Amino acid sequence: MSLLELSNITKSFGAIHALQGVDLTIAPGEVVGLMGDNGAGKSTLMKIIAGNFPPTSGKIRIEGQDVAFSKPIDAREAGIEIVYQDLALCDNLTAAANVFLGRELRRKVGPFSMLDYPAMYQRAGELFAELKSETRPRDLVRQMSGGQRQAVAIARTRLSDPKLVLMDEPTAAISVRQVKEVLALIHRLKETGHAVILVSHRMPDVFDVCDRVAVLRRGTKVADKRIRDTTPEEVTGLIIGAIEAA
Amino acid sequence: MTDEPTDQELRRHPGRGPSDILDKEDHAAIDDSITSRQEVTGLGAVLRTQPFWVFVSLIALAAVMTVVSDAFMTERNIFNITRNMAFFGIMALGMSAVICTAGIDLSVGSLVGLSGIITGLIMQAGYGIGLGFLGCMTAAALVGLVNGVLVAYLRMPPFVVTLGMLSIVVSLARVVSNNQMIWDFGPDQDLFEWIGGGSILSVPNVVWILGVLTAVFWWVWRYSTWGRWVIAIGGNAHAARLAGIPVERMLVSVYVVCSLTAGLSAFLFVGYTGSVTNAMGFTWELTVIAATVIGGANLMGGVVFALGAPIGAALIELIRNSLILAGIPALWQQFFVGLFLILAVLLEQIRNRRGR
Ligand SMILES: Nc1ncnc2c1ncn2[C@@H]1O[C@H](COP(=O)(O)OP(=O)(O)O)[C@@H](O)[C@H]1O
Ligand SMILES: [Mg+2]
Repeated sequence: MSLLELSNITKSFGAIHALQGVDLTIAPGEVVGLMGDNGAGKSTLMKIIAGNFPPTSGKIRIEGQDVAFSKPIDAREAGIEIVYQDLALCDNLTAAANVFLGRELRRKVGPFSMLDYPAMYQRAGELFAELKSETRPRDLVRQMSGGQRQAVAIARTRLSDPKLVLMDEPTAAISVRQVKEVLALIHRLKETGHAVILVSHRMPDVFDVCDRVAVLRRGTKVADKRIRDTTPEEVTGLIIGAIEAA
Repeated sequence: MTDEPTDQELRRHPGRGPSDILDKEDHAAIDDSITSRQEVTGLGAVLRTQPFWVFVSLIALAAVMTVVSDAFMTERNIFNITRNMAFFGIMALGMSAVICTAGIDLSVGSLVGLSGIITGLIMQAGYGIGLGFLGCMTAAALVGLVNGVLVAYLRMPPFVVTLGMLSIVVSLARVVSNNQMIWDFGPDQDLFEWIGGGSILSVPNVVWILGVLTAVFWWVWRYSTWGRWVIAIGGNAHAARLAGIPVERMLVSVYVVCSLTAGLSAFLFVGYTGSVTNAMGFTWELTVIAATVIGGANLMGGVVFALGAPIGAALIELIRNSLILAGIPALWQQFFVGLFLILAVLLEQIRNRRGR
């Protein structure tokens, strides 16, 4: 049974048709690249899966069950975590505080329930170590580089054990070293049986970590191929429209 | 004849794309500079906060005044200063929460008048101090609730909402009081006046209350989920919402908390003065906001210090007291409060710019 099944998804923002009849299926543990030019509808599709807003029409099925997310928490509870393109972090909080935002660890002291700083610092430290990131749990996000912010956003998704991790342009605007770390993390997610949808502009990233690649052009899916059956040249042609569909 | 990597190369070296060649260097440099940066120690962190530096100027001003005026370092004068600042300090604690969410509450001053009048009317009618307190806090909570709902759910600008509320509340206080002064507080008059005006161990009761509340807020900002979420909303409300924090409900609660501190301050102040008119608290919001900002709150949101509220309020009261003792006409008082407010914000900006 497929983990996620989108059928005939449409999304309109007023007169803008961001998505038009998109079908997409993700098997458990599968890593799928989602490519397309700016404005093709990639982020919109990710946000629909993550429960940010509902599709205008179309069906979402998770493990065969129809779902309708009304808010991001619904998607999280269904086992879907997302790393947003703008990362959605609070600059004025520490790395650990951001990792645990909205699901802080607490401990009881008498009648009071208080934030458990030692536990959160420790767990965040472990997560950063797993990501081989030098991010320190106590550092303020405001003072961090793009790569470190990415590590914080990705560490957030690792708090629960999600079935599907959505990543929107995780390797845009970060250093070479950090790109390698992010790709290594995606490999690790795959090894541990997590499915991933990776939105990326970077051909090498997609061909390195993905099992399959889907291409969106102006809101329509124009290709969905296994990586071993395609080439970067073909995908580039599909993205820019030199190749109509494949 | 180009340096662009070929697709073959790209597939073998997945980290390497054309765009990386552009930003490889600066990002690597940022990464390295950050890795080598020292973590801020506990003391270093304190030294960087605005409340600390305002506290230092507080001590400096007090030292100067001790030398300049014999009347300054007397038990009587210190008692008066701390008591007078307490009413504003309590309200500044609540205002800090609102300002932390990048909001503002202009209605707190007139709310002091309304909730004071309501306390007076209830107690004058002989219902006792318990009901008087309850009525006072209920009125305050309702005003905060309306402010909060308009700001959070109808997405109206806090400045406009609370400015409108200021006007409405002033008018309500006049209507409810029928423009009369109240000085008869029924059977519990003595207890009521003791709570607001009395002292324990020669420290005014209101100062004890300010101390306890400051400690409570300190704990809340540091250790409670509510505090953490308010700070997160001030930092990035969008991120907070995506993280599942009920942003609207939190905002409403913040405005209610702010109004409750105004209600409490009113209850204590009426007891202290032993009478109440609907003009009580008029323009207090300016002093409270000034105290909050001098105490380190940032109007852009995301910054809050529990200790900043009493420290900011203390500095303002100290300025007032110093001017009187130095024989400078009281007419100059607002001038110096304004000057300090602008200086405090200016210093904060200079320190921020250097920190970047
Ligand atoms: N919230 C929104 N309101 C209006 N239009 C939107 C909104 N979000 C996206 N769009 C539009 O939908 C289209 C697809 O956007 P997006 O999904 O962000 O593309 P991509 O991520 O592939 O670059 C664009 O034309 C964009 O302007
Ligand atoms: Mg996008």
